[in-house]
Amino acid sequence: MRDGARRAAPLAVAVAAFGLPFGVLAREAGLSSVAAVVFSATTFAGSAQVAAASVLATGGTVVAAVAAAVLLNARYVPIGLSVAPALRGPAWVRALRAQLVVDESWAVSHQGGGRYDARMLLGAGLVLYAAWVVSTAVGVAAGALLGDPARLGLDAAFPALFLALLAGQVSGRRGALAALLGGAVALALIPLAPPGVPVVAAAAACLLGLRA
Amino acid sequence: MTGAWVLVAVVGVATIALKAAGPVLVGGRELPPRLVGVVALLAPTLLAALVVTQTLADGRTLTIDARAAGVAAGAVAVALRAPVLAVVAVAAVVAALVRLAW
Repeated sequence: MRDGARRAAPLAVAVAAFGLPFGVLAREAGLSSVAAVVFSATTFAGSAQVAAASVLATGGTVVAAVAAAVLLNARYVPIGLSVAPALRGPAWVRALRAQLVVDESWAVSHQGGGRYDARMLLGAGLVLYAAWVVSTAVGVAAGALLGDPARLGLDAAFPALFLALLAGQVSGRRGALAALLGGAVALALIPLAPPGVPVVAAAAACLLGLRA
Repeated sequence: MTGAWVLVAVVGVATIALKAAGPVLVGGRELPPRLVGVVALLAPTLLAALVVTQTLADGRTLTIDARAAGVAAGAVAVALRAPVLAVVAVAAVVAALVRLAW
């Protein structure tokens, strides 16, 4: 668990750097301070929250905002299946521990070959959860002092973070092929499907690993 | 209840259910052997898709902007085996500088 917390520490800095502007954006989208923090504490999925808040902030409807966020989070079904063998205990404990799974905690606790370390998942998840909720609250409070997150290059920070995590995940030809195919599917679908769908559809590329 | 609270409640409940589905249904048990190979490839596949969409998508439009420059610089840092935090910092700084220069 400590190992997971330690490995998540640098990621927590990036997550916090993203939580601050999310807090600002949430206020612009018409969420109250309390609603913004509750959103981070319950949903705990940065990209979906940012997508939903941006839809509202740019004049979109609540239905469109909900749809964007739910589509983006649909990837947590296969992600949840991948960590399921590692999570033991009664169903409610498994459901609770599953809430700490986010892209970053999931990636650092991958032991290779589809095996996940439950304690590392817990340690990394707790550190990232604290970073996300606290930084949202600070962003809500500090408000406009922070300015436009894009000006600070924060919109490039997350894909770069995922790229660094990806580099640690690709082992062997199959992994590299799956990554290339997944990226290509997502790229092809960006202009054709609403946000969220390309990522979920790209997950189909991992069927390459189906064993006869 | 305002629209904002409806959003928070619906997305919150939906996400909790999406995250819990797999562990509640098959928690603590081994996956069928045929699926193990599939799950092993899930991390590289989804991470690659997230890199592509977060770098090049602007809604449903493909764009090459300061983000792409930042991520390209981050890729160089990854190739040089820089630590994760350095990769993220390089990407953010380059994206910010490109945006400033434009």
